[in-house]
Amino acid sequence: MKLHEYISKDIFAKYGVPVPKGEIAATPEEAGKIAKKLGGRVVVKAQVLVGGRGKAGGVKLAADPQEAVEAAKAILGMDIKGLTVSKVLIAPAVEIATEIYLGITNDRTARQPVIIASAAGGVDIEEVAKTNPEKIIRVHVNPLLGVQDYNIRDLAIGIELDRRLWDSFHTITKGLWEAYHNSDATLAEINPLVIDDKGQLLGIDGKMVIDDSALYRHPDFEELRDLSAEEPAEIEARQSDLTYIKLDGEIGCMVNGAGLAMATMDIIKLFGGEPANFLDIGGGANAEKVAAALRIILSDPNVKAVLFNIFGGITRGDEVAKGILEAMDTLKPTVPMVIRLVGTNAAEGRALLAEANMITAETLAEAAQKAVEAAKGSK
Amino acid sequence: MGILADKNTRVVVQGITGREGMFHSERMLEYGTQVVGGVRPGKGGEWVLDGKVPVFDSVKVAVDATGADCSMIVVPQSAAPDAMLEAADSGVRLIICLTEGIPIQDMMRVRAYLDFKGVQLIGPNCPGLLTPGQTKIGIIPGDIAIPGSIGVVSRSGTLTYEVLAALKQVGLGATTCVGIGGDPVKGLNYIDVLQMFEDDPLTDQVVMIGEIGGSDEEKAAEFISQSMTKPVVSFIAGQSAPPGKRMGHAGAIVEGGEGSAADKIAALKKAGVQMADHPEQIPDLLRK
Repeated sequence: MKLHEYISKDIFAKYGVPVPKGEIAATPEEAGKIAKKLGGRVVVKAQVLVGGRGKAGGVKLAADPQEAVEAAKAILGMDIKGLTVSKVLIAPAVEIATEIYLGITNDRTARQPVIIASAAGGVDIEEVAKTNPEKIIRVHVNPLLGVQDYNIRDLAIGIELDRRLWDSFHTITKGLWEAYHNSDATLAEINPLVIDDKGQLLGIDGKMVIDDSALYRHPDFEELRDLSAEEPAEIEARQSDLTYIKLDGEIGCMVNGAGLAMATMDIIKLFGGEPANFLDIGGGANAEKVAAALRIILSDPNVKAVLFNIFGGITRGDEVAKGILEAMDTLKPTVPMVIRLVGTNAAEGRALLAEANMITAETLAEAAQKAVEAAKGSK
Repeated sequence: MGILADKNTRVVVQGITGREGMFHSERMLEYGTQVVGGVRPGKGGEWVLDGKVPVFDSVKVAVDATGADCSMIVVPQSAAPDAMLEAADSGVRLIICLTEGIPIQDMMRVRAYLDFKGVQLIGPNCPGLLTPGQTKIGIIPGDIAIPGSIGVVSRSGTLTYEVLAALKQVGLGATTCVGIGGDPVKGLNYIDVLQMFEDDPLTDQVVMIGEIGGSDEEKAAEFISQSMTKPVVSFIAGQSAPPGKRMGHAGAIVEGGEGSAADKIAALKKAGVQMADHPEQIPDLLRK
């Protein structure tokens, strides 16, 4: 789960990272009031969960409150890479001398957190990583020990930071580590971390991504979730603890297991069809969950046929069958349904479904072929 | 014989009194697995599954009492990191963790500790392993595979069942099937298991099932071309997945050109691996 810039920076500030004190506005009037309160030049920044805001025109400088109102007017409602801007951050403008990059993420190959720093920070950091990889300093942290003082010194030395700033850089890096660690982040990033005209380090922009698997112990983040960036059906799916991703095809799929779900999509394509979605009901799904899944699939008007591919393991065939019957009872679907049910309690499941009007298949290839044919027939 | 576990492997089940713990421990007993004990703090002294399996308060007590050398973990998400660490301190040599949804930072700490203790881990978020005719530790349905000479290693759960069933359909069996799980930080990886199959005298050829995301399959390809003499057949799921979309597994994310199905297939082909277009095609590519 991605966090907005202003939320990320609030978290960083809590752990001792100096950031410009800004406030959030949803209307141009609010933006003007905040600019007046802050005094002096301000920057008005779109709060959307996507990179490249500046290049898209979503960040503007304003010399006075009136200009801040104008800037907010221009930015609010703007479309940035498919996302509509509904909030802007108003913060004091900072005179920037140098831009540093500082981020912490998980290196899955090393199975350790890695702190990344570069003296060439700013919007083009990804370009720097490609063209001048020697300018990117990486320091791994032992996950059992956490960040050590020498780790931070290695970073400061690596980016050739002015020694007078080492203490401040230590506080900031330690604070960023604590934010990353205590929030179960998969990414905690300050970019740019600037040296301002007074020679002080200041975190100008921040970004955090929280590990979705850890949200159960961070209910406060769940409340902050920005639903505007998501498909309604995907939101409903998450609330039912299902993984659903809408695609553009005509064959709805309900599968247990992510790997099998992808393989099912692949084989539909191989036989000339297009999957309408990815949907993993997960392990051990009960009847209620299956019913919710079918409701979500059928809410997509492009769906011309539904393919159920259930290979029981931790999921039991009879539970799936009960869910399908329950959902069919209330939804009365008109599109053809192809079902393949094998594995744990599959015989019990098939017996339950014998009365339902469904096309059955033994193998995956047969199921995919029948679903492709059925979708063509119902057009 | 097979790798990692056989009929002599003695298993304790952490979380045996839960719904899934009970259901799958029962299936394991039916299969012939030596489920010698269960663990549920606070329920030590009880007996479950028709009085066949004693329950203990801790893994240490269970191991001391039963001589178990393997622990299977089927506890809720929030309790799983603690359960793995407890198992690592109990004297078992192998931990199989089925639990899904464990935060990655927890897994990095757990894996570092397990390495320090020298204990092997399969999973988390995995279906476990099956050595057909001898033992099953996990949730792979026992009746979908027969004993044979093919080693199977997979990152996926149900897709693995699909492949085992397709092999059985044509009379092909497996030495051992290992579901390593789909999480980004886990225990055994492809390379570890491929090495075990290479060293196992009863395994003649290997099936490797992968999916999009990460670079584990690419690393496996490199290992296969450098260190494996036995033939490998593979299928990679997610060829139709749109880039940038997350398909449910923490591991299944296509990032910056890394981890796409096309990249993985190309790397494996280059390593001399025969690639299947869909899972049911795998038996055709194996040597009879």
